[in-house]
Amino acid sequence: MSKTTAHSVVAPTPTARRVSGAIVILYALITMIPLAWIVMTSFKTPPDSIAYPPKVLFEPSLEGYCNLFTTRSRQTPEYLESLPAPEPGCDAIVRSRNMVIAGPSNVIPRFTNSIIIAFGSTFLAVFLGTITAYAFSRFKVPFADDILFFILSTRFMPPIAVAIPIFLMYRAIGLSDTHLGMILLYTAVNVSLAVWLLKGFIDEIPREYEEAAMIDGYSRLHAFVKVVLPQAATGIAATAIFCLIFAWNEYAFAVLLTSGTAQTMPPFIPFIIGEGGQDWPAVAAATTLFLIPIFVFTILLRKHLLRGITFGAVRK
Amino acid sequence: MAEIRVEKLHKAFGEFVAVRESDFTVADGEFFVMLGPSGCGKTTTLRMIAGLELPTSGRILLGGEDVTFNRAAARDIAFVFQLFALYPHMNVRQNIGFPLKCEGMPRAEIRARVEETARFLRIDHLLSQPTSRLAGGDRQRVALGRAIVRRPKAFLMDEPLGTLDTEFRDLMVRELRELHMRIAATTVYVTHDQLEAMSMADKIAVMNRGDIEQFGTPQEIYDRPATMFVADFIGSPPMNFLAFRGSVEPGAASVGINGAIVDIPAPREARPEGDLALGVRPEHVRFDDGSKLRGTVFGTEYLGTTQIVTVTTAHGTVKARLPADIRAEAGETVGLSLRSERLTLFDGGSGRAIRTAQNEGTHHG
Repeated sequence: MSKTTAHSVVAPTPTARRVSGAIVILYALITMIPLAWIVMTSFKTPPDSIAYPPKVLFEPSLEGYCNLFTTRSRQTPEYLESLPAPEPGCDAIVRSRNMVIAGPSNVIPRFTNSIIIAFGSTFLAVFLGTITAYAFSRFKVPFADDILFFILSTRFMPPIAVAIPIFLMYRAIGLSDTHLGMILLYTAVNVSLAVWLLKGFIDEIPREYEEAAMIDGYSRLHAFVKVVLPQAATGIAATAIFCLIFAWNEYAFAVLLTSGTAQTMPPFIPFIIGEGGQDWPAVAAATTLFLIPIFVFTILLRKHLLRGITFGAVRK
Repeated sequence: MAEIRVEKLHKAFGEFVAVRESDFTVADGEFFVMLGPSGCGKTTTLRMIAGLELPTSGRILLGGEDVTFNRAAARDIAFVFQLFALYPHMNVRQNIGFPLKCEGMPRAEIRARVEETARFLRIDHLLSQPTSRLAGGDRQRVALGRAIVRRPKAFLMDEPLGTLDTEFRDLMVRELRELHMRIAATTVYVTHDQLEAMSMADKIAVMNRGDIEQFGTPQEIYDRPATMFVADFIGSPPMNFLAFRGSVEPGAASVGINGAIVDIPAPREARPEGDLALGVRPEHVRFDDGSKLRGTVFGTEYLGTTQIVTVTTAHGTVKARLPADIRAEAGETVGLSLRSERLTLFDGGSGRAIRTAQNEGTHHG
């Protein structure tokens, strides 16, 4: 007599559960490989980084990070002899390549630029997006549908299609290579996405909440801040992540419009030149550091993000 | 607490008239119910009183003060929403204290007032709970708590029991009524449920398509409907209408329906020959073999102590509420007698009740 066990028609069977788990893990591993490779490369020495066949096992070195943060100059052996013994750390690593540290590199100002521009434009886009979406959601805006469509239509073409007009315009009004210019540009690109995403979220917040607050003595603005914003937090977080990812990673405009004071990390990283070729460990080190802020930001908001990107799918 | 007066209140959304020239007064401490089917304008009226909607024309007076164009925040009223609108990001204590926080009341005082209110509503054990975990009845109580904690001039409630299941609803009807007796607050309550309206209201306004069809006490509305709409909307099963042609003379004692003479309360106005309808509540219909008003039994619904017998007559279907022990077989021909002093005559064209000795003094909207 065979023993049969009743099992639910909706719950997955143990086998299905194991197979789907394996697929997810496999997919995660595959997508993690390039990332892992970048992090590994950042800890290799330049010869190891271009070794063929590629080295999976290697002796870790901080040379990439040292090279990233410094500029160095090659010296004659006689000169190096005359110097006092190097301090352990970067000094020693650089000295072993017959060079001395000449000064700091531009990476810290570039990284700061990236943070100012990406977070600044994200804040502006989400701020404008929230109040615009609220207005569209709650008030009778004349031609609301047409205006919303127009807002969306700014995303129809790739932003780079307007690169040349923007380049000429920015040069004419002096916004080229300024923080303000880049913040405004990224805000303009992101605000349409923010309006559309947030409108969906705010539409789902029953207007009775604000009405209740307004009857209880609050002004509309106050009710918006006290009641609507806390409930839109999920949507705001999700929108902020999308906006930040765009502004943080944007390359084309950054290459075109920034060269010095306002240059962000994406155009800076590929131009980290070593001696006699691309300094891959330094590039990898820059990339690794570049990943950290957005990684932290996403981790901090991940609870909201999961609920946010599946919005509409589940009713609260 | 205060009296609410609505004068010639009118609200149109483009071509569509939501509320037409409404006039009514809710006396201080009265429990006033606006009753009607969905889309009749009752919620719009309530929202105009609250200040959530601005009227096209007309005036709203709260305690004698014209508040027609005041902001909601400046009116000192409380509103209980159908879905309660409890702030999901706050716990019960914060929800109830929210209106007080706005007034800038010191924390200690808010605490004391919230706890007093919670004890009053018997929800003091729930104060630190998040609102999402509350049962329907408790949510309702928290919403009420948020309304009464501020001691406003009036309470406005928009179908607050609409989402509760029947069992809870009966309980809350009792609690609301009890609450009203204890704090005697002027209350405007909107519902489409006639049972809620009948069991709670001091005064009812029955609305239909933007018009107030009748304004009066539950007894007046039930016994002396001003229009066929009211007669049909109130009562379960609703009033029966026997359609016939005839004329009405002031002081006449009866009308003839196809040869059957039916005694009626003495009319106070005349109607020339035309379409009329005789309205009779099911409980005022009896079987009477001698009656010339005859019909065929269509079916019966057994309700325990009573039964509803449906009889098809030449003038329309009549439902009679009869003692359960009376036998009525489908297909059987029966005679019907109507309790004369409780009949209402309607003008078939306008649907309005003809004034008789029975319904004098009834208020049209």
